[in-house]
Amino acid sequence: MKSLEELRAIREKMQGKVGIRGESEDQIRVVVGMATCGIASGARPVLTALSDAVQEQGLMNINVTQTGCIGLCQYEPIVEVMEPGKEKVTYVRMTPEKAMEVLRMHLIDGQVVTKYTLGAAQKSEKKE
Amino acid sequence: MMPEISLNILDVAENSVRAGASLIEIGVFVQTEEDTLTVVIKDDGCGMSEEQIEKVQDPFYTTRTTRKVGLGVPFFKQAAESAGGSFSIMSEEGKGTVVTAVFQLSNIDRMPLGDMSSTIHTLVVFNEEIRFIYTYRYDDREFVLDTQEIREILGEGISLKDPEVSGFIKEFLESNKEETDQKADV
Repeated sequence: MKSLEELRAIREKMQGKVGIRGESEDQIRVVVGMATCGIASGARPVLTALSDAVQEQGLMNINVTQTGCIGLCQYEPIVEVMEPGKEKVTYVRMTPEKAMEVLRMHLIDGQVVTKYTLGAAQKSEKKE
Repeated sequence: MMPEISLNILDVAENSVRAGASLIEIGVFVQTEEDTLTVVIKDDGCGMSEEQIEKVQDPFYTTRTTRKVGLGVPFFKQAAESAGGSFSIMSEEGKGTVVTAVFQLSNIDRMPLGDMSSTIHTLVVFNEEIRFIYTYRYDDREFVLDTQEIREILGEGISLKDPEVSGFIKEFLESNKEETDQKADV
C-alpha cells in the first residue's frame, strides 16, 4: 500500500517556495457549478481540468472554486468568470476540452470565447 | 439520474459541506459474500429536524431558492432501492447526519461505482478546511485516507491544491484502491 510518507519529501522540496496565495486585486475568479444539476451533467471533470491546468501552469492570478446551483440547470455544466472591473461571463455546457479553450483564450489572453457563452446559447435557441 | 454511484456520493457529500461540517466520513464497503455494496456518508454538520428528513427524500423539496426541486437525495435513494438495496437517513439537529445506501452488488440495475478516486480527490482538495476520513473496504482488505494526517505532515501554508500534493493525493487514492480490490469490477 502507498503511504503518506512520500508527502514529507514533497514538503521538504517545497520549503522556501511556499507562499500563501493572497487575494490580490487583479485576481480572476473562476467558479464551477457543483450542485446536483452540475455534477449530473459532467461538472466534476471540468472542475478538475481547470484546477489542474491553473496549478500546473502556475497561474497565480486565477482562483478556481466551486459553487452551488445558480438556477440555469439546463445549461450545466456552467463556468462563470469574474474579473475585477469587468462584467461576469457565463460559459455554458462546458466540457474539459471547452474549458481548456476558455482558459487559453479568455483567462490567459483576455478574449471572451463568445460561442460558448450563455448569450450565444440563448440566441441559437431562439432561432430554432 | 447520475451515471455512477461515485457522483451520487460527491453530490450528497456536498450537502454535508453546506451543512457546515468540520468532519465528513465517507465509507465504501464491498462485501462479496453478502453481495452488498454499502455507502455511508457521515457528517457533524447542522443536522435536520425529523420533518426535514422526511421532506429531503421528496424531489419537490429543497432549501435552495434558485430552483424548486432537490434531486440529490432522491437520486441516491432511488439508485439504491432500484438495485435491490435500501436507503436511510439519520439526523439530529446540531449533531449531524448519516446517510446510508446499500446496493445489491450483483443486481443488474446497480450502476457502477465509477471513479471514486476523483470524487474523494475533488472533495478533499476543494474543501481544505474540512477533515475527511475516507475508507474503502473490499472484503477483508481496506485503506483509509484521513486528511488530518496529510495536514500534520504538510504543516500549514501548503495548499492541497498545489500540483504535487494534489497529484500525490490522486495517486494515493487510485493505487490503494487498486490494491484493495485487486482491480475488481465494482
